Amino acid sequence: MTKAICPALLLAVTALLALPAPGPARGDEAPPAASTRHANLLGYTQFPQRDGEALFKSVCAACHMPDGKGGKGAGYYPALANDTNLAAWGYPVTLVMNGSKGMPAFRTMMDDAQIAAVVTYVRTHFGNAYTDDVPVEEVAALRKTP
Amino acid sequence: MDKGASILKRRDLFRMIGAVAGSSAMYQTMTSLGLAADSQYTGPIKLQGAPKGTKVVVLGAGWAGLVSALELRNAGYAVELLEYNNRVGGRAWTIRGGDTITELGGETQKCGFDPGLYLNPGPWRIPYHHRGYLDYAKRFGVSLEPFIMVNYNAYVHSDAYFGGKPQRFREVQADFQGHVAELLARTARQDKLDQAVGKDDQETLLEALKEWGALDRNYAYVAGHDSAERRGYAVNKGGGLMPDPVGGQPIALTDLLQSDVWRALTFGQTHQWQSTIFQPVGGMDSTPKAIGKTLADITTLNAKVTAIHQDEKGVTVSYVDARTGKDQRQAKGDWCVCTLPLTVLSQLDVQVGAEMKAGMNALSYFTAVKTGLQFKRRFWEEDDHIYGGITFTDLPIRQIAYPNFGYNKPGKGVLLGTFAGGAPGFELAALSAADRVKAAVEQGARIHPQYKAEFETGVSVSWHRSPTTMGCAAAWTPELRAKHYRNLAELNGRVILAGDHLSNLVAWQEGAILSALDAISRLHHRVVAA
Repeated sequence: MTKAICPALLLAVTALLALPAPGPARGDEAPPAASTRHANLLGYTQFPQRDGEALFKSVCAACHMPDGKGGKGAGYYPALANDTNLAAWGYPVTLVMNGSKGMPAFRTMMDDAQIAAVVTYVRTHFGNAYTDDVPVEEVAALRKTP
Repeated sequence: MDKGASILKRRDLFRMIGAVAGSSAMYQTMTSLGLAADSQYTGPIKLQGAPKGTKVVVLGAGWAGLVSALELRNAGYAVELLEYNNRVGGRAWTIRGGDTITELGGETQKCGFDPGLYLNPGPWRIPYHHRGYLDYAKRFGVSLEPFIMVNYNAYVHSDAYFGGKPQRFREVQADFQGHVAELLARTARQDKLDQAVGKDDQETLLEALKEWGALDRNYAYVAGHDSAERRGYAVNKGGGLMPDPVGGQPIALTDLLQSDVWRALTFGQTHQWQSTIFQPVGGMDSTPKAIGKTLADITTLNAKVTAIHQDEKGVTVSYVDARTGKDQRQAKGDWCVCTLPLTVLSQLDVQVGAEMKAGMNALSYFTAVKTGLQFKRRFWEEDDHIYGGITFTDLPIRQIAYPNFGYNKPGKGVLLGTFAGGAPGFELAALSAADRVKAAVEQGARIHPQYKAEFETGVSVSWHRSPTTMGCAAAWTPELRAKHYRNLAELNGRVILAGDHLSNLVAWQEGAILSALDAISRLHHRVVAA
């Protein structure tokens, strides 16, 4: 016999499965970005770039600037050049994934390999020379940590 | 048995619906029972009995700060208003010829638009049900004009389909509706809807589908008079001995589906974007400017807030000159209304509770890029017969929006050449302003080839490079709302936050207005209750 599903439970399960999207919510005054298709009239939510340099230039440079020097106004975007915070890859990976303060969360816009690639790029450029690998499977494990 | 106990009380019903389906369902139910309207604005705020000499420091002179300062002062409070920019209005901003814009990273643009032409880089439209905004516009004598959301003669463009040729919105709209109506009519006539629709209703449904879908007498959506009255004629109607009108061939359903152009059809059907929509005559900064003028004596511009401290006696806000980073000063008050974006506030030295701090740190701001382009002539009107409204495209620029004023006049015009968010928005946001303008011209030329010969000058705003907002607006998710919204909105000691980020109308001016009115009401009640 099939058990009736409690609607409240169903809603709760749906809520758990839903990933937090970093884009505007439905009804917000902004170009909506809510589709699974790569490119369409509502915008794509997943970046198509795969390698670290391309991702940096099309995403990170918007705030940290193409030269990694950041910017300063009412608040600031930290410079990534000669940044000792990048010594352990866990910190930048967590920031890219979950965001914090002015930094948006990119967990739904980049997959694990993309996050590993872009963090590797930043850790080996702009005067940073942290050459140890960012293991994709450990990025995947971090994604599951709330 | 007591009769009252067996009947579900209305309030209990609401609570049940709310618990199961969330507050939006409860609101819908209340609306259907006639208990709530489509806006929660209840008319001009009336705060009375402010204790003499009580002072409120208001941070940020965008909509939320302006409304807070104005209404608190009207209520009898002493108010001091601090603003980072050298102007009021925040994101409600208009760029005109002669203006200079410096983005984070240091790139400076000088706008070269002709007099009378402008770009609204932030908010640009006001729905008829944003009654708070409309009330302030009326109180401050700001004239409104229609904003065209749906223009049937504008384009829907898919770069990879139809040979890259833009399709008219009216054709896409009529053809999609026509094909769907034909499919449903065919199903109904094959008696396949018997279980869902009663026999009597089926006849009416067929009649309705014929009307709704512009079907012919055989319930088919085909080239001819019926469809042409919706989608337009290939050879238009004329007079005298001009050729007879001819209806064009509808776009095949499979092409409509595969090209994704159907996605453009529902924007203007969505509550926030339904007609009537307005824009202020002359630019979006008119209303905040008019309000700001009345507050000039209590406003300090170019004030960069560095710290917000509070104790049992009051609030101390430290700030420096935003242009030099020097000249440290303090503004002291009994209370503080803080409307700074969370991207900025989370980076400051702020004495509030841990839960509010967690909320400030957790919110992402989504991105947006807008680019305004000036052309030597209004070719979209002269050649393409598009007067106002929006063209949708799957190119990264996403939209081209035509000016909703100055129609049918000779001379120059400025259109919105980019309105991008999501991943394509970031890709544009990462470019220099000069390259964003270049991208807008190159991509737009695929829709309007006239761009190349007619383009003169452009300006671009990447909201993540805005020194004051560092993003477009707060990207709430249901999970983040459940966890942080109340903690951010509640009075925290002597500090209360306000802004569109603390509303259900994110990135709308109305959201900032309603948030501010709610915050200052709660603050006032707390003050008079003390």
